[in-house]
Amino acid sequence: MIASLFVEQMLNGLQLGVMLFLIAAGFTLVFGIMNLVNLAHGSFYMIGAYMFATILQQVGAFWVSIVLAALVTGFVGAVLERLALKPFYRRPYLDQVLATLGLILFFNELTRIIWGPQPLNVTLPGALNSSVPIIVGLSYPMIRLVILAVGVLVALALYLIISRTRAGMLVRAGASNRVFIGALGINVNRVFSWAFSVGAALAGLAGALASPILAVEAGMGESVLIFALIVVVIGGIGSFRGAFVAAILVGLIDTFGRLMFPPLLGDISVYLLMAAILAWRPQGLFPAHG
Amino acid sequence: MLKSLGAAILGLALAQPMAQAQEIKVGFIASLSGSQATLGRDLLDGFQLGVESVGGKLGGLPTEVLVRDDQGKPDAGAQAAQKLVERDRVSIVTGINLSNVLLAAVPRVLDADGIYLSINAGPSELAGKGCNSHFFSVAHQNDTVPETMGIHLNDLGIKNLYVMAPNFAAGKDMIAGLKRTFKGNIVAEIYTQFGQLDYSAELAKLRSVETDALFVFYPGGMGVNFFKQLDQAGLKGKIPVYTVFSTDQDTLPGIGDAALGLESTAYWSENLDNPLNKQFVQDFEKTYKRIPSPRAAMGYDGARLIDAALKQNGGQFKSADEFAKALHSVDFKSIRGNFKFDSNNFPIQDYYLLKVEKDDQGRLVNKVIKTIATDYADSYVGQCKLSKAKS
Repeated sequence: MIASLFVEQMLNGLQLGVMLFLIAAGFTLVFGIMNLVNLAHGSFYMIGAYMFATILQQVGAFWVSIVLAALVTGFVGAVLERLALKPFYRRPYLDQVLATLGLILFFNELTRIIWGPQPLNVTLPGALNSSVPIIVGLSYPMIRLVILAVGVLVALALYLIISRTRAGMLVRAGASNRVFIGALGINVNRVFSWAFSVGAALAGLAGALASPILAVEAGMGESVLIFALIVVVIGGIGSFRGAFVAAILVGLIDTFGRLMFPPLLGDISVYLLMAAILAWRPQGLFPAHG
Repeated sequence: MLKSLGAAILGLALAQPMAQAQEIKVGFIASLSGSQATLGRDLLDGFQLGVESVGGKLGGLPTEVLVRDDQGKPDAGAQAAQKLVERDRVSIVTGINLSNVLLAAVPRVLDADGIYLSINAGPSELAGKGCNSHFFSVAHQNDTVPETMGIHLNDLGIKNLYVMAPNFAAGKDMIAGLKRTFKGNIVAEIYTQFGQLDYSAELAKLRSVETDALFVFYPGGMGVNFFKQLDQAGLKGKIPVYTVFSTDQDTLPGIGDAALGLESTAYWSENLDNPLNKQFVQDFEKTYKRIPSPRAAMGYDGARLIDAALKQNGGQFKSADEFAKALHSVDFKSIRGNFKFDSNNFPIQDYYLLKVEKDDQGRLVNKVIKTIATDYADSYVGQCKLSKAKS
């Protein structure tokens, strides 16, 4: 393989990886702390993308739109958690799956009603809509570099918050033994509400970042949700570190798999990886539950 | 008192069939939810506008359109078709956007002596050996559009072509259609996952290969993803890109300026210059606040074709056979210009080269560049046994 192709694929794989991490982080925390399977997590990704496209059209400033889109999505997540999902914490998985599947349909239809059936247009402001030369013979889209940089920075910030702050300690404790920290007098529900909103905001951020590359349309969340689920399974449920490692792994294997393997095998390389890891370590790479 | 009421009810019940003979019921099935909902919605909007354009009465008859959702699933489509013909007693069924749903639903309609008029899907199965005197397609046979693209690429003298499509039935049909007419060499034939989001790996591979041109078929959201990423990767200006069914008004706003200059072949365009089409585009924009897609256009044409055939029969639907004869022979003024049915009830029509440009309001539209094929028929008509009986 020639060097420029290798570098390009490496960047593509990493960029897909950080993207998946942003989506999977919220999902795995919610699943890990509260045992809530939230299939509607992909809808936050969609809401983030729609918000970004709408705000960008009004405001025109890229970074402002990105931040606002993530905040609005986090707010939607907070409202949803309080209104719709609280009653489902203690219900069996099947009930949660049914309820959140219903939410997916609800949000998809809602976006069609508000924004119409056609995909939205996202035109990036000048400099972001170009490619930059990286090495000889390869110029790489600016926006993909931005996604990569933002993803890495957010992951780093999250890592510091979770490993160094009191709030992060509560989240980690909640993920590994919820009953016990409840018994120590910590309000687990409040920790969870915050984790849920932050998770939603991260998914919204991913959606906003993805919208210049991908189609902003109703139902866009479901296709990435499958990838996010694979990441969570590989990384270990509830594990933040696991989600990061698994997301990068999935991103790289998917991009290189499609380039190097014959088409059929390339398409399923990620699923093969998941099957292999499940056989080797059924609890995932970094299980959060002791 | 009770007796007379009973008699009145009985009288009403008996009068029912009389009233029914004076109206026309059309069953409309399409994907109105799920990932294909955009297509279904376009077809329905176009069809309803077509019905309105003739005063809300097809053939001058009171018209009832019964709308059903197939959710993009063959079993749901077949079930809806069966209920429409058996319980609701519709005479004509139309709408279905997906070929696999169509193939499941059409037998239910034909078995119950109904007429099926396709306004989108045109699988080869129903154009060749499986053709039927009660099945019509007013839109196209799937292969014809890429076939005419093959002709265009030959005209341009393209020797080496790189082709890409999603890995599903229609994707393979498009490539097969292209290969039937394209005489040059296929450098690589790449099938990507259906619904794939990120094409960076494929684009990296494309960048490393020498080719004269690229042909792709990426309908719907896949096209938005692909064309945006192609542009961002800086490949759009370097390799000439040709496509079919991927730069319609359903997706053009989503692709944005990355679509500028893309060329495709089609039998209809929002910019096609004839009075009927101008009227249609104007009415559609006024009603639905967007530029119509080819799906909306075919829905509109379908409704007006039913109207024309009913009028030819004196504003009556006497039997499926008589209506089918009228459909086949009626002198129908289509918004696409030249149109007539071949012996397999698929269209003989003209195909154009389109190019994405901006109109005077700065919106992206498909400008008609030139005519590529006139009175073009599909390649399956020879296998259809209706040929001899009709011609």
